[in-house]
Amino acid sequence: MILLAALLIIPAYFTPLWQISLWAPQYPEGLNMKIWIDHLSGNVDQINGVNHYIGMRHIGDEMFPEFGFLIYIIGALIALGIIAFLIGKRWSLYTFFGLMTLFGLAVLADMYQWGYKYGHNLDPKAAIKVEGMSYQPPLIGYKELLNFLAYSGPDTGSWILVGGVGLLIVAIVRDRFDKTVIN
Amino acid sequence: MKKKVWLLAIGLTAVVLAPSCKPKGAQSAISGDAASKVYVAPGDHDEFYNIVSGGFNGQMSVVGLPSGRVLKILPVFSVNPENGWGFSEESKPMLNTSHGFVPWDDLHHIAISTTNAEHDARWAFGNANNTPRIARVDLTTFKTVEIIEIPNSAGNHSSPFITQNTEYVVAGTRFSIPTGDNKDVSIDSYKENFKGHISFIAVDKESGEMNLSFQIEAPPFNFDLARAGKNKSHGWFFFSTYNTEMAHTLLEVNASQKDKDFIMAINWKKAEEYVKAGKGTKKKANYVHNKWHEETHSATSTMMEDVLVLDPTILKDIVYFIPCPKSPHGTDTDPTGEYIVGSGKLAAVIPVFSFTKMLAAIEKKDFEGDINGMPVLKYESVLHGEVVKPGLGPLHTEFDGKGFAYTSMFVSSEIVKWNIETLEVVDRVPTYYSVGHLSIPGGPTGKPHGKYMVAYNKITKDRYLPTGPELAHSAQLYDISGDKMQLLLDFPTIGEPHYAESFPASLIKDRQVKFYPIEKNMHPYVLKGIKDARVERKGNQIHVYMTSIRSNFRPDNIEGVNVGDEVYFHVTNLEQDWDVPHGFAIKGANTAELLIMPGETATLKWVPDRVGVFPFYCTDFCSALHQEMQGYLRVSPKGVNMPLKFSTGDVE
Repeated sequence: MILLAALLIIPAYFTPLWQISLWAPQYPEGLNMKIWIDHLSGNVDQINGVNHYIGMRHIGDEMFPEFGFLIYIIGALIALGIIAFLIGKRWSLYTFFGLMTLFGLAVLADMYQWGYKYGHNLDPKAAIKVEGMSYQPPLIGYKELLNFLAYSGPDTGSWILVGGVGLLIVAIVRDRFDKTVIN
Repeated sequence: MKKKVWLLAIGLTAVVLAPSCKPKGAQSAISGDAASKVYVAPGDHDEFYNIVSGGFNGQMSVVGLPSGRVLKILPVFSVNPENGWGFSEESKPMLNTSHGFVPWDDLHHIAISTTNAEHDARWAFGNANNTPRIARVDLTTFKTVEIIEIPNSAGNHSSPFITQNTEYVVAGTRFSIPTGDNKDVSIDSYKENFKGHISFIAVDKESGEMNLSFQIEAPPFNFDLARAGKNKSHGWFFFSTYNTEMAHTLLEVNASQKDKDFIMAINWKKAEEYVKAGKGTKKKANYVHNKWHEETHSATSTMMEDVLVLDPTILKDIVYFIPCPKSPHGTDTDPTGEYIVGSGKLAAVIPVFSFTKMLAAIEKKDFEGDINGMPVLKYESVLHGEVVKPGLGPLHTEFDGKGFAYTSMFVSSEIVKWNIETLEVVDRVPTYYSVGHLSIPGGPTGKPHGKYMVAYNKITKDRYLPTGPELAHSAQLYDISGDKMQLLLDFPTIGEPHYAESFPASLIKDRQVKFYPIEKNMHPYVLKGIKDARVERKGNQIHVYMTSIRSNFRPDNIEGVNVGDEVYFHVTNLEQDWDVPHGFAIKGANTAELLIMPGETATLKWVPDRVGVFPFYCTDFCSALHQEMQGYLRVSPKGVNMPLKFSTGDVE
């Protein structure tokens, strides 16, 4: 089970971790940006085009220093998972679960601080300035920002990671259950 | 147990593969019987003429409302091979400018002539944005009959708006430029050397003929749009300005810095007095004045030499500035003339100014400062009130004559209906997508006809069957007769429409010219009958005096022409009946066809480049024997002395 959880992290290399979508009357099909382990994809240029009117920073790979080291962190997580599996002890399961949860929380915290900075750090020379308005994207869920409806949430990769954590929970529950039965 | 765990694992994995759900698009359902409201039965006529600017096609479209059917593409500033506009010898001078022949322009706005602030629909005016000009179209012939170039101007965007009795049509320059003798200056000396000129072109009450009466030398702002005062505010003109920062680079950022730009109010009656009192200065300026003459079916182009300029920093009481939030685009006056609506395209409110308050503020000298001696009024003193939270990106406002204003919201793609007195938003509808101008029949006049509203959009996307990267621009027709705006029709348009005006068809439908009486045709190469059809040589020029009548050309066999000769086909259409034009085209001609109306004479110039026998034919399916309406012209080598020969119907 731990092995499966650890191996489930591998697709994180090939699937987007996070997505941000925007809809507006003139974008009925929506604009979508996906954040991968080491790059961005989707309608990044269009989103930048729209957002520069209100003075938001240009989104690009260089905006995410995380891209530089996320590969190694996730690699380490996989390795630790495999080690945890090989050790096969209860403490290793718990440690790995703890690590995975911490990692998840760290990702959320990181996304929040990025969103905050992106939404508040506006160019004072922007063409459109709306009194008291900031444009922080929602962390998870929907939010109306001027004429846009913004959505932000985990994408495939993160869901797989969540799945991995879920598996670890199952493993822990099963372990407990087994324990009570034995006792 | 184990099985369950695996199922759970698979389940968790499956969740992530499920497509993320998206909110439903704003699909506005057509309610009620919209189809019957836009249905014009076969043989019936539309209720309104809709004269629509063609934007970058340089033409006007004539559309029927409520059907949305295109009735005519009316060439103005762009050549139109379809009917020879800009290709026939007669029409070429219409497109002449001080820069020479210009085959294209960008026509943004329409003004339909008015008397007492009501449509009389005698003429339609249109502006050329790129090479500044104003055109006048005669609405009995739907033909461009006059074009005047605007000197000291660049980007003739704030144009061609008219005063309530069509006394003047104006032209405010979008780009300020250096003028006069001081033109070769560095761009970063913008503030010192650049000027923004506003032109007042007088329109003759009877003939409609335009003459550049005077210009006002204004500060180097960008002048965007304008509206004349009317009724109560007759005698004044209001121009929206942006880039009052006076930036000359990256305007997107640098012209969006100030919280307020200005609406420039001009007391043109006062300016007129100064002109009469001889207070203007004559300045050298080259610009052309092109006129179409119906008697000769030909145009002339005259180079003008000077223009009268008024300096409002010296001549007091002409120019006042009203602060207006964030780069106002449209400035529109309501039917009573009391309210002036400024649409700050980057602003969060729509300010509505009161003409009465403006006069009072001027009276009390309630100024917050001045620009080179021209007073800046206090925003609060002139303000009637603000429309709060109208939407995003207000651009243009039209009126229904029932106390409501309709403002287009570019950024939020919607139209907002609001009460002019109370400033309350009462309704809003979506547009598809990113609406620019609105048009209500009679909307800019003192007596709107109401009933319908058309939204002209800048983005089309998925509205129609796709046609590759370039799409038709979309328009929507709304019923505005009730409390709620109701979407009736969605239709593609020609070119890129900006402003449009509509008026009841009954105003002009019975005044249409059906053909030109041949006896009044004064064209120098006219033929009044078939017997004078002939060919004459003058040096290397060949003049073919040709007639066309169902179903032959006379002459239709021509010989004695050499390679390199300049051949002029002067074709007179002898028909005297409605809807019988004839066309004329000859193989290898480097121009377009002629399309000659009944009773008209038109000329096609052709220089044969090779030896051979060249066919010519009628291009407009005129009769049962249209396919027989043809002829031959023989071209011999250069230097071969072939006698001139021409005939029709002779068989040897």
